[in-house]
Amino acid sequence: MKKLLVAALLALGLAQAQQVTITYWQYDFKSKVDTINELIKQFEAANPGIKVVQQTFPYDAYQQKVASAVAAGQGPDVVNLYYGWLPTWVKAGYLQALPDELSKSLDTDFIGMVQAAKVNGKYYGIPTAVRALALFYNKDLFKAAGIKNPPRTWDEFYAAGQKLTVKQGNRYTQIGYGISPDGQDHNVVREILVRQAGGRPYSDDDRKVLYGGPEGLKAFRTYTDWVKKYDIGIPNFFPGNNGYRDGFIAGKIGMIIDGSFAIGTIRDGAKFNWGVTEIPIDRPGARKANFGSFWLHGLSPLATGAKRDAALKFLQFITSADTERMWLERVGELPARKAILKDPKLSTDPIYGPFVVGLSYAKATPFVDEAAQRKVMVDAINRVLLENADPDTSLKQAAAEDQKILDQFWK
Amino acid sequence: MKPRFSLATREALWALAFLAIPLVFFLFIRIYPAFQALWLSLFEWNADPAKRHYVGLEHYSRMLTDATLGKALRNTVLYTVIGVPLQLALGLILALLLQSVTRLRDLFRAIYFTPYITPAVAVAWVFSWMLSPNFGIVNEVLGLLGIPAQKFLTSPAQALPTVTAIVVWQNLGFQVVLFLAGLESIPRTYYEAARIDGAGGWATFRHITLPLLNPVMVFSAVIATIGFLQLFTQVVNLNFTDQGGPVGSTLTLALYIYQLAFARFQLGYAAAVTVLLFGLILIITLVQLRILSRRVEY
Repeated sequence: MKKLLVAALLALGLAQAQQVTITYWQYDFKSKVDTINELIKQFEAANPGIKVVQQTFPYDAYQQKVASAVAAGQGPDVVNLYYGWLPTWVKAGYLQALPDELSKSLDTDFIGMVQAAKVNGKYYGIPTAVRALALFYNKDLFKAAGIKNPPRTWDEFYAAGQKLTVKQGNRYTQIGYGISPDGQDHNVVREILVRQAGGRPYSDDDRKVLYGGPEGLKAFRTYTDWVKKYDIGIPNFFPGNNGYRDGFIAGKIGMIIDGSFAIGTIRDGAKFNWGVTEIPIDRPGARKANFGSFWLHGLSPLATGAKRDAALKFLQFITSADTERMWLERVGELPARKAILKDPKLSTDPIYGPFVVGLSYAKATPFVDEAAQRKVMVDAINRVLLENADPDTSLKQAAAEDQKILDQFWK
Repeated sequence: MKPRFSLATREALWALAFLAIPLVFFLFIRIYPAFQALWLSLFEWNADPAKRHYVGLEHYSRMLTDATLGKALRNTVLYTVIGVPLQLALGLILALLLQSVTRLRDLFRAIYFTPYITPAVAVAWVFSWMLSPNFGIVNEVLGLLGIPAQKFLTSPAQALPTVTAIVVWQNLGFQVVLFLAGLESIPRTYYEAARIDGAGGWATFRHITLPLLNPVMVFSAVIATIGFLQLFTQVVNLNFTDQGGPVGSTLTLALYIYQLAFARFQLGYAAAVTVLLFGLILIITLVQLRILSRRVEY
C-alpha cells in the first residue's frame, strides 16, 4: 500500500514537472475574452503539457498593471498590446524579440502594415486582426435631407455635412460630421489627409517629422476648415468617451470616421439604417489613403526556457489562419493574413467591404510614443478649433514637439 | 510568581505592539517606496532591474526644458491658489449658516455631505453632461437668463476654473463638517460675555470665532492644499479621451506623472517629477504651518 502511494506521488510529481503553465494578458473586452477562452480550450486539448491562464484588466488600468507586474516578475508570458505602444515597451524592456522563423512568415503571409511591429529590424509581436478607417453614415438622416448617395469626394462630404447640420440659435441640435480630434481625427489628419495632399507624415526611417511641410500644412488647413469654413460640425458635441460615436448612435450626427473596431458597438446601438463607405478623396481618381492599426500579441521577458517554448506555440496558435477566421466571426475584427483578406465574400460585404478595400492602401503610422504623439496632434487641432490659433503656426509647433519626441526616443 | 513588569509597563508594551503594526506598514508600504522613487529618478527605467542604468541628474535637467511639465506645474499651482481659499471661505460661510439653523439641522448636514461621498468618477460624468455647451442644463438656464452658452470644460480658458469649482463643490461637505466641529468647540460663554459687553455680530466673529477656529483653519488649509496639489481623479474623468486637455489646460503634475509612467513607460523620469511634486508639497506645507499656526491670544 505504502509503495503504491509513493509510486502514485512520484507519477504525479513527474506529470507536474512536465506541465508548463503560461499566462496570457489582455484588456477586458467581452467578445475577445470569450474567444480567447475558447481558443485556450482548443490549444490545451492539442498540447496536453501546457496550461494557459488568461487574465484581463480594465482598459484604463491595463498598461499600469503591465508596467508594475512585469518589473516585479509576476506578469504575463504572452501579452496583448496596441502597436503604437510597441517602441516604448521594447525600449523599457517589456518585450523580447521573436525568433527568425516567425519573422519570415510575418513578412510573407501578413498584410504589409505589420512591419510596424518591428523595432530596429526585429519583430516583437504578431497580430490576430487589423483595422482600418471608413466613413459611417446615417442613411435615414441622408434620406430626410434629400442626399442620395454617400459622399465619394470631399466636396460631396462638405455638401452633405452642411445639409445635415441643424442649429437652434447658437446651439447645435444635429451635426453633419462628428468632429473628434481625440477620436480618430488625429489619425485622419496625419495618415490620410497628409498623404492625399501628396505628403508623408514621417520619413521612411522614422527619424524626421515631415508633416510640417507644405503638403502637411495644406492637409491641416483642409481639416480645420471642416469646422471653421464649412461648419459641418463642432468638437465635443456629445460629452463623454467617444462622444462622436455615441452621438452617431443617438442619431444626432450624420457621419463619422471610425475604425472597423466600432462596427460591433454601432450595430448593437444604432436604431436606424446606416451604411459604411470608403474615406472620401479629392476628386475621382485622386490618391487614396487610410490609417491602419492593430493589436498584437508579444512575448514578455518573463517567458524563458520551457515557458518560452510554450508561449511561442500559443502565440502561433492564436495568430493562425483558423483563429483569424474564428476571430472575424466572433469578435468582428478583420484578419491580418493576406490570403484571408482576399476572400471576395469579405471585400463585397456592405459593412466590412469598405474597410477591407481601405486596408489595401492603409498605412500604420510608425509611432515611437503613441500617447505623446497623439496628444501633440490633438493639441494642434484644438489650438485652432478652440483657441482660434493660426493653423500654420499651430501645425509647425506640433511638428517641432513631435520631432523632440522622436529625438528623445532615438537618442 | 510576581510578574516581571509592572501593570503600567505592560500596558505600554501592549500599546507599542499595536502601534508597531501600522508603523511597519508605513515604513515599508509608504515611506520606503517614497525613498525608492528618489533613487529610481537617477536611473533609466527597465523592466529588468539589472538593465536599469544610472543616468545621474539627466532626468532633472530634462525637466528644465519640458514645456508640458511647466504647464502642469503652473496649472497645479493655479488649482491650489484658486481652490483652497474658495473651499475654506465657502465652507466657513456654510458652516456658520448651518450652525444657526435649528430645524432639520441633520438633514441639511446630510445634504451638504452627500457630494463628498459620491464617487468622483460619477460626479465627473454627470457634470460633463450638465455643462455640455449643446445639451447641458446649465447652459439651458443661462440661456433663459439671456447669457450666451458657455463652453466650460471644452474651452481651454474655462476648463481649469470649471474643474476647480467641481472639486470645491465635492470637498465642501467635508470642509463644512470640519468647521462645524470647530464652531461647536468654542465655549458659549465667550459669546455671552461679548454680548454683555455690547459687541456686535461682526466683532464677535472677528475677535472670537475666527481666532478660536485657527487650529481647524490650519488643518483645513494644509489638507486642502495637499489635496489640490495631488489633484488627479476628477481631471482624468472630466475629459477622459484627452486627459488633462483641452490643449493641456487642466493637466496636473499628478496626472503628468501617471502618463509618463504608465502610458509612456518612462518610469525613471516619472520618478524625478514625483520628487519635484514631493518637494513642492513639503515646502508649501512647512511654510503654511509656519505662517498660519501663530499662537492665538484672547
